[in-house]
Amino acid sequence: MYALIDCNNFYVSCERVFNPKLINKPVVVLSNNDGCIISRSDEAKRLGIPMGAPVFKYRSVLRKHGVQVLSSNYPLYADMSHRVMSILKRFVLDIELYSIDEAFLSFHGYDNYNIYNYALQIRKTIFKWTGIPTSIGIAPTKALSKTANKVARRHPIKTKDVYIINNEFKRIQALKYSSLNDIWGIGRRLSKRLEDKGCRTAYDFTLLPKAWIRSNFSIVEFRLQQELRGKSTLKLDFIKNKKSIATTRTFEKPLKELKQIKERVATFAVACAEKLRKQGSVCNIMIIILQSNFFRKDLKQHSTTKIVSLPYSTNSSLVLNNQAMYAVDQIFKNGIEYKKAGIIVSGLSQINNSQLSMFDQEDPRHHNLMNAIDNINFKYIDKVKLGNQNLKIKWKMKQNFLSPQYTTKLDDVINVI
Amino acid sequence: MSKESNLNFFIPDNESTLDAILISSGISAGFPSPAGDFKQDRISLDRELIKNKEATFFARVNGQSMIDAGLEDNDLLVIDRSLEPSNNKIAVCLIDGEFTVKRLRVEKERIWLQPENPSYSSIEVTEENQLIIWGIVTNVIKKV
Repeated sequence: MYALIDCNNFYVSCERVFNPKLINKPVVVLSNNDGCIISRSDEAKRLGIPMGAPVFKYRSVLRKHGVQVLSSNYPLYADMSHRVMSILKRFVLDIELYSIDEAFLSFHGYDNYNIYNYALQIRKTIFKWTGIPTSIGIAPTKALSKTANKVARRHPIKTKDVYIINNEFKRIQALKYSSLNDIWGIGRRLSKRLEDKGCRTAYDFTLLPKAWIRSNFSIVEFRLQQELRGKSTLKLDFIKNKKSIATTRTFEKPLKELKQIKERVATFAVACAEKLRKQGSVCNIMIIILQSNFFRKDLKQHSTTKIVSLPYSTNSSLVLNNQAMYAVDQIFKNGIEYKKAGIIVSGLSQINNSQLSMFDQEDPRHHNLMNAIDNINFKYIDKVKLGNQNLKIKWKMKQNFLSPQYTTKLDDVINVI
Repeated sequence: MSKESNLNFFIPDNESTLDAILISSGISAGFPSPAGDFKQDRISLDRELIKNKEATFFARVNGQSMIDAGLEDNDLLVIDRSLEPSNNKIAVCLIDGEFTVKRLRVEKERIWLQPENPSYSSIEVTEENQLIIWGIVTNVIKKV
């Protein structure tokens, strides 16, 4: 059996542990730069505020209902997530950390356990120790555990936040009540194609002929259908290192000058290179992203990406920076107000087993130089930068509604009278 | 190139299973340090004060209500949420949406939050109050 454990409204729940004034009130948490709503309390959901909604569109709704608005406090969420995941590891050996607030558990070899009661105990412990409420779905496959989780979340009182699919009747019933969008990994485009085929529920999807799925979709959807039929095809994924690394930011104010954009992109390239070095990886593909403000229909729009295939695998700040600057020169357009930029590095491999290139090799001195820079920046906090990064400008995220870092800063702990 | 081959081939012996133990610290000749057998971990306050790190949080005391229990204004409290509340324990509680630190007094069906300062009076928790016991105080850290 597999289980999916999901922290309910995770960011809001983290805030509520330390700020009781938020309990039983509508609360939303905003994305970086206070742009969009990325976590909602149940009360806020009931007001019809959708996930990912841009704040400016819902300003009047938020005000009218006295919704508490908070900037995202990632140091807090990361610490609370770490606590939850560590507690899980005390109960189950095999865990896949799926996201900051979700994990898959494997219950193989737990035949003599009452898994439902065990899950209730896990849930109770996490809530008591951290204050974070969770929901758990249990089923014979990973995809079905995700479906079971949705059932638990939808009927918290009836299920006591834990739902187990352990027979055909429950499997079919749960799938009949799941829409296509609820299925794990079925995007909007795919569900449109399935709807055209007459599918309305997840159950309808499982009834489509295997061969038709195989010839019309990819192996991913084929496996997914197998999973939802109750045949396990996906195992837990323990990949430690990421497959790609991204640094992207929305600017507080739109940027129009090439020089400004280049400064930002250079900083992102250096940040990506640092992240690569930290996990001992090198990359051979870099993607540069520039975006104007999509919501400002009155302005000229330009959103573009440039994919650069690097001549050799690298994690050198110098190489990534040079390539990124060259790419920005090519894609930048005058007269556009850019709102967002970013760098994604991909094609990662471990330093030791990266492929050698026939003609181009990295200057071996880069390796030592990067080591030296990393050591200095670790000791003296970001003292060494590249020439095209601005030393004076402090780019600050817009975080007007930020809560204290209750668990990671001594000056920010809660006060008790 | 008509020379006879002078290469000898050896076949490795995979049968014998004599396992060698890796001693990663290296082996040195000479007299071993007499202190080696007595090596112990240095005293760690983290280990001493934090018994359950997933459930441990900190809070700052604000005010004088617990002064006779040794909790002074601005002291740092170590709180363990995994401990069960019981009579006589000092707890961080949420009463009607406010954080407070008090001694728990439990008597049959009645609960009091008792301050440790004669100029403050006990609060009896009634059905109208919403009480959540947030965590149990295990240690007080104070600057001198």
